[in-house]
Amino acid sequence: MIEVESLYFKYPLANDYVLKDINLKIGLGEVVGIMGGNGSGKTTLIKHFNGLLKPTKGFVRIFGKDTREESVAYFSKKVGLVFQNPGHQIFSDTVWNEIAFALKNFGFEEEIINKRVKWALEFFNLTQYKDMSPLLLSGGEKKRLCLASVLAWNPDFIILDEPTVGQDFLQKEKLIEIIKMLITQNKTVIVVSHDVEFIWLLQPRLILISNGTIVKDGDCKSIFKDNSILEKCGITKPQLVELYDELYPLIEQPPVDVIEAYSMILKLLRGLK
Amino acid sequence: METLTEIIRFINFSFSYSGSNSPILKNINLLIEEGDFVLLVGPSGCGKSTLLRCINGLIPHLYNGVYEGEVIVDGEPVKNKSVNELATKVGFVFQNPENQIFMFSVEKDIVFGLENIGLDKTEIDDRLSWVLRALDIEHLRYKPPYELSDGQKQRVAIAGVLAMKPKILILDEPTSLLDPRTALEFISLLKELNRKFGLTIIAVEHRIDLLTNVANRMVVMDKGEIVFNGCLKDVIENKNLNLHGVNVPPVIALQNYLRNEGFIFDAFYLNVKEFSKEIKRRLLEID
Repeated sequence: MIEVESLYFKYPLANDYVLKDINLKIGLGEVVGIMGGNGSGKTTLIKHFNGLLKPTKGFVRIFGKDTREESVAYFSKKVGLVFQNPGHQIFSDTVWNEIAFALKNFGFEEEIINKRVKWALEFFNLTQYKDMSPLLLSGGEKKRLCLASVLAWNPDFIILDEPTVGQDFLQKEKLIEIIKMLITQNKTVIVVSHDVEFIWLLQPRLILISNGTIVKDGDCKSIFKDNSILEKCGITKPQLVELYDELYPLIEQPPVDVIEAYSMILKLLRGLK
Repeated sequence: METLTEIIRFINFSFSYSGSNSPILKNINLLIEEGDFVLLVGPSGCGKSTLLRCINGLIPHLYNGVYEGEVIVDGEPVKNKSVNELATKVGFVFQNPENQIFMFSVEKDIVFGLENIGLDKTEIDDRLSWVLRALDIEHLRYKPPYELSDGQKQRVAIAGVLAMKPKILILDEPTSLLDPRTALEFISLLKELNRKFGLTIIAVEHRIDLLTNVANRMVVMDKGEIVFNGCLKDVIENKNLNLHGVNVPPVIALQNYLRNEGFIFDAFYLNVKEFSKEIKRRLLEID
């Protein structure tokens, strides 16, 4: 469980708070989306979830432990953070070693390390690159490598900062599949993203941030119907919600995916024949 | 009416990076005309970024490898031109703006390229104020880069490139770090640059729903080859696009499903509004 209580944060020497009075509880088995404009404080907030940043005022507790009381390494074992820019987390000489690095640091046994790395490579279609330098991978492949490295140590919370950047259709589908699989294992996945279409497919609990405060925390279906909130946070509507807006009351709910939209429209066109 | 002129041409072009045993680009033939707005898509690792590097000359001038065939930019083979010369013709905006902003203030960063090509001061000042206005970043003029948000950095990176007044603007996933509203604003800026100044634009973008209303051409790559190339409206209708890793926007996917069921539409609707209008029109007809 991640608990955030009256969190205020400002960077050293800065005058203004980047985060203001954030209150949140995130339990296990949840999918959480975090959206907001550029510079609204999303990334600063998630950096509090593994102790990388400590509150200026207020508290962040991870499984009951105040993030000021333990090292980042301690919390990282429970909360894996995949950064937006792979360049910030890739540094090993080979793809294999990149995935093995954290596992070694956490003191896993050799045999387990080998098994986990192998699994991660296969799962993310990276086996063919195992002996290559990660720097030779394409942007999208680097991104997958970062996720593979984090999942390999099996944290309870997985935080993904802009996971769909550079990802094609098949990788996005796979990402959704992975997230769903993680949820069935009672993990929590927190996704920070600008990609409204991707967020809509996840149907998460959605947290909207604007100017360092939480503007809304709730069900993604109801939030995406709320024009004034979306406007305030600079968020556009997913196409399927737009479709609902245009066709309401002919269709009563925004379809969650294309298949559902298809069957709704088919019914309309056929039903009236 | 003006006749279209060729601006970029790939002729039987293949490339392999040194150290790699398979070519990353295979027998590419591609013609891009001045004023085209090209949406370039394909799965990660398919060679999109490599193709772009061949246009701005990073390949073959900075990356070694086996270079076969020819790439012509603005009438001359890329391999005969220096990267510097090409930089005044081809503006390149990287996926991550941190890779291209390095001066101590926004103003200095934008001016850097202009000073390097030896423009006089009035011209530099003119271009600086034009680009600050065009990108709506006048308020950031004296800020250091580390005080900028990701979206602002993106705009500054583009400002530095635009100030060079290139003929071709290449963008590698330009909206990936922008919030949805900023992304839309940015896309309309690109549209304006394309329509008003006839700038040729090539954009790699996985979120193609953002660009379907502005691009006129679409090129799909897979495994180092061009698999589709043509007018965007024609290419996007292709049912197998997602097999090539293209994120087909929901409204397009929906029309493909309906077509499979025998519902024929006069046109292919690229946005939800037009599509919904058509559905409503049909329902009235049925009534």
